[in-house]
Amino acid sequence: MSLLEVHDLKVSYDGRPAVHGVSLSVEPGEVVAVVGESGSGKSTTAHALIGLLPSNATLDAGRILFGEADLAGWSQRRLRSVRGSRIGLVPQDPANSLDPVKTVGAQIGEVLRVHGERDRRKIRARVLDLLARVGLPDPETRARQYPHELSGGMRQRVLIAAAIALRPSLIIADEPTSALDVTVQRRILDLIDDLRAEYGTAVLLVTHDLGVAAGRSDRLVVMKDGRVVERGPTSSVLAAPQEGYTKRLLDDAPALSARPFPDHPGGPPAIVVRDLVKEFRVGRRPFRAVDGVSFEVTRGTTHALVGESGSGKTTTARMVARFATPTSGTVSIAGAPDGRRFRRHVQLVYQNPYGSLDPRQTIGEIIEEPLRNFGLGDRPARRARVADLLERVALPGELAARRPRELSGGQRQRVAIARALAAEPEVLVLDEAVSALDVTVQAQILALLERLQRELGLTYLFISHDLAVVRQISHTVSVMSKGRIVETGTTRQVFSDPRHDYTRELLAAIPERVR
Amino acid sequence: MTGASVPGAGGVGSGGVPVPARVARRPRGRVPVGLVVAWLVVGLVLLWAVVPGLFTAYDPIAGVPAEKLRPPGAGHLFGTDAVGRDVFARVVHGSVHSLSGALVAVGVGLLLGTLLGLLAGAAGGVADAAVMRVVDVLLSVPGLLLALTVIILLGPGTVNVAIAVGIGSVAAFARLARAEVVRVRRTDYVEAAFGSGGRFGAVLWRHVLPNSLGPVVALAALQFGAAILAISTLGFLGYGAEPPTPEWGLLIAEGRNYLATSWWLTTLPGAVVVAVVLAAGRISRSIGRERG
Repeated sequence: MSLLEVHDLKVSYDGRPAVHGVSLSVEPGEVVAVVGESGSGKSTTAHALIGLLPSNATLDAGRILFGEADLAGWSQRRLRSVRGSRIGLVPQDPANSLDPVKTVGAQIGEVLRVHGERDRRKIRARVLDLLARVGLPDPETRARQYPHELSGGMRQRVLIAAAIALRPSLIIADEPTSALDVTVQRRILDLIDDLRAEYGTAVLLVTHDLGVAAGRSDRLVVMKDGRVVERGPTSSVLAAPQEGYTKRLLDDAPALSARPFPDHPGGPPAIVVRDLVKEFRVGRRPFRAVDGVSFEVTRGTTHALVGESGSGKTTTARMVARFATPTSGTVSIAGAPDGRRFRRHVQLVYQNPYGSLDPRQTIGEIIEEPLRNFGLGDRPARRARVADLLERVALPGELAARRPRELSGGQRQRVAIARALAAEPEVLVLDEAVSALDVTVQAQILALLERLQRELGLTYLFISHDLAVVRQISHTVSVMSKGRIVETGTTRQVFSDPRHDYTRELLAAIPERVR
Repeated sequence: MTGASVPGAGGVGSGGVPVPARVARRPRGRVPVGLVVAWLVVGLVLLWAVVPGLFTAYDPIAGVPAEKLRPPGAGHLFGTDAVGRDVFARVVHGSVHSLSGALVAVGVGLLLGTLLGLLAGAAGGVADAAVMRVVDVLLSVPGLLLALTVIILLGPGTVNVAIAVGIGSVAAFARLARAEVVRVRRTDYVEAAFGSGGRFGAVLWRHVLPNSLGPVVALAALQFGAAILAISTLGFLGYGAEPPTPEWGLLIAEGRNYLATSWWLTTLPGAVVVAVVLAAGRISRSIGRERG
């Protein structure tokens, strides 16, 4: 008998249907991955299972058989007795899912208290036990700390500890690692695997990354536009995907692609960075975010800076783009003038396409802005240039009159790239420019960047934490750790013959190719 | 599997329990009645100010002594005062004084306050600290007291009262505008605007100001109500318009002498003031929610 059986689940937002009759089942102790792009209804489905839909969503129809009960008809009050105790949830964003004014220990203890444990000493012992179980060093100290004192990976471990506190028979993990670095992602997924083996807990893993799903799940459910388009054992779906959509997801997952390494053409350097140092004052002791970084980027090629968060890669990028001044060291960019004109030569594309576009401007105004700032052309000429740029980034021209909120994440990132290209720069600094996007959209943006580089002879400095993405686009790579570059070389060298232990660790963290 | 089919600790009965009807959620897009009423009130008062002749045929200044101190009725909606003037006519004709005064007051506060806040928030450093300390001092003085101080410096009169009330609200506007500017200043799109080669002034005007204004506009609507109240208060205290101008505060002050015998002289104009202030507050809240 299945642990969880969902029949014909229908959910709508404000009367607009979002999930059209989804059915799936989870057997005891197995991992079922629900895969799809954002907007495919996968998270909505997961939240509907435990009655945690936002207030503008309604569960229209369907049965959610958990054990012998049908959760679909249950009131919030009754659902509370199941949440936490029988079904645990690991939420998506560890940064916002913990109460900032309570200690970590108190938050895990609350799960136990809510479900009837009253003995303080027992709660405390159990909390420490759980923190140790999810692999947090020094649980005594951790229990007394507040969420802001922990890293993203540690917070996610805390959330997992809370989810397993009562040994539920099912854990729903909603994109549990999307906000984390690759190496942390791997450890968290390993942890979930271990716990499953130890407690026999079933896991419903919601993810947009087929690479993650491939290595971790027994069965796959592929969703698109609120419907299940394909399902089956993971190995057989990956080996022989039936649906075009599944094939596309498979091609787009960077970890699963086996494209040849780009060749490094050689030539004069466009960016030369020498002994770059950046210190921040934190309290009394200065903190070296970037510690003696040097590298060169050949004109017309892509150089990737890879590392985990806190490795100093973004700070380096910001110094190259002159949004931060180095404490010492030099950045020289061939042919770049000083002052405001520098911006015509070097442009930065941000990670978050939701934050980098002014919400009050139209897309046309946003792309036109650099032209206005530099007084390039009169009004009709600028209009024509905007239309041209939109076409270049493969966006329909009528988007010029829309505002950012009407666009999807991928479209917004295209707009940001169009804006960066408006003043005809020669160097683009891409700061995690595809990290916030779904794999499919990510693949499209990477293809766009490659095409633009070919057509316009652009030089890219590509910042990323994701080696799989870096492998696709960059000619040369520098691996950064703790403010230093630990390894530099062509992409082929670094990927096929890593010298440094840290590089090997990063490479090992890429979800394996399953075939 | 350990108890996969055993119900949870809460003793939830399984099987045989009829499935209750799903909790129907509150439908969206319902007409907010309060907001519609608020706009109707403000719209009506605006019409009074623009075309008072449409609403009353009586003269607000010249009275008919024979008809003095009549209670509210069919002939005189709000009754008449001690010299036989129609109180409703005086309220209608007085709206232009109160509204224009409130408009000037809010305008002064909004312009000066936003400007100060924008400069402080955008410049940062010493300028920010200096401006905000002045604002702190202004905020520490009670508004009415501050307005009275300014009136004593400028002398009484309708315009001066409006300016005084406006200056009293500069601090609130400045602080709110600064907080918003500081927030917007840190966003990626403002940095991206500088990155596109934007000059300081252009970026402030094009990006920082429009994105900071939401809560400030909401505060302006709220201050509009507060200004009407403050102007009426100052009028009541005799610092505003000279009699026989039918200004709302003055109306209430004049009615005070007949409080025991003719309640309508104070109560009805007072009710109008309260209604306008409440309406402004409700509208302000809706603006704040939309733009914030």
